[in-house]
Amino acid sequence: MSLVTKTDVLIVGAGPVGLFAVFELGLLDLKCHLVDILDRPGGQCAELYPEKPIYDIPAWPVISGQALVDRLLEQIRPFQPQFTFNRMIASLERQADGTFKVATDEGEIFEAKVVVIAAGGGSFQPKRPPIPGIEAYEGKSVFYAVRRMEEFRGEDVLIVGGGDSALDWTLNLQPIARRLTLVHRRPEFRAAPDSVNKMYALQEEKKLEFQIGQVTGLSGENGYLTGAVVKGPEGEVEIPCTRLLPFFGLTMKLGPIANWGLNLHENLIPVDTEKFETSEPGLFAIGDINHYPGKLKLILSGFHEAALMARAAKRIVSPNERVVFQYTTSSTSLQKKLGVAG
Amino acid sequence: MTKLTFIAFDGTEFNVEAENGSTVMENAIRNGVPGIEAECGGACACATCHVYVDDEWTDVVGPPEAMEEDMLDFAYDVRPNSRLSCQIRVRDEIDGLIVRVPERQA
Repeated sequence: MSLVTKTDVLIVGAGPVGLFAVFELGLLDLKCHLVDILDRPGGQCAELYPEKPIYDIPAWPVISGQALVDRLLEQIRPFQPQFTFNRMIASLERQADGTFKVATDEGEIFEAKVVVIAAGGGSFQPKRPPIPGIEAYEGKSVFYAVRRMEEFRGEDVLIVGGGDSALDWTLNLQPIARRLTLVHRRPEFRAAPDSVNKMYALQEEKKLEFQIGQVTGLSGENGYLTGAVVKGPEGEVEIPCTRLLPFFGLTMKLGPIANWGLNLHENLIPVDTEKFETSEPGLFAIGDINHYPGKLKLILSGFHEAALMARAAKRIVSPNERVVFQYTTSSTSLQKKLGVAG
Repeated sequence: MTKLTFIAFDGTEFNVEAENGSTVMENAIRNGVPGIEAECGGACACATCHVYVDDEWTDVVGPPEAMEEDMLDFAYDVRPNSRLSCQIRVRDEIDGLIVRVPERQA
């Protein structure tokens, strides 16, 4: 039996908008739990452009993606949000009492009175390399992550890529694979120099092969690979392989949200502009993932949406409580929540 | 204005007038050149605005910087004249530039 985590609000996505939602919900005494596929908070700001300057955050003439995330984390600290990282939400269902039961891809269960989808462009997932026909081999011979190393024991393994994942798995799988080949399009690597040196040392000892080139074709039958065509500086070579691990970075995919019956509009979730609620009561969508007339995919728009959503969420969680509109500048009760009361 | 020519994979030519200081990618998107996706919006964080610079122009345009070279690892059929169009800045010297769109983006 997996443990059930109960929370007022479950937020899907820990990007800037999901984080700020914690603040707006927190002012209304709602406790939040955030789930994100990445291993840290910040979403695209942290994963795609931590160093890039952002110029359209009000009152910040310029701020980097990571600095914005750090400030948001500082701002929401008084509300003690809980985080679950490296997880994707796999399913969502409404229970008899009206609350939501939400499960992650690893089986953790959450029960929440309100669910807020702040998933941006979707969840980050390994990118499928543009090799013709690769789909046919996925799950049998082509894998985008190593879940169990045993699946590679005694196999002819081909790893493609030049980053840390490619090099780490090259070093980890080399001792158990029958034959291991690393393919990268150039002699320079993005991976840590130490891993690269270890790889070259193993190549010296003839314990693995390193080939410069790009995979252009696959051969095999019924989903089982027998070889890959690698186009290198000296033309094409066929490399025998029974397992292929391509590491081509991450892309954003909507994922299981697509199956929640939310009448998607071009992969975006339609919401109203009063509460930013979806067609499903109690299920909200804020930030880049929602759609309404005039929608702009700006972080500041997501912040606004979070504030309005929070009011509606409060009415669902505490239907009998009268919500008084207050300013953080003057309300002692809000200041108490923020830990700044005099 | 600086003239740019995009040649789509099917051979269709797009002749556009570009403002100096903009990126080649921005001009492709503005003019609806098919095959330039620019998923990340020009942050050099994906490889979906990949183009081949015409051989006559590679010296003028110059080689990619290290970060762009890293990102090109994720592109399809990378060649010596491959560039990410979001990293090519429009300027007087590239007036008349020709770039070709690859068969597919990553």
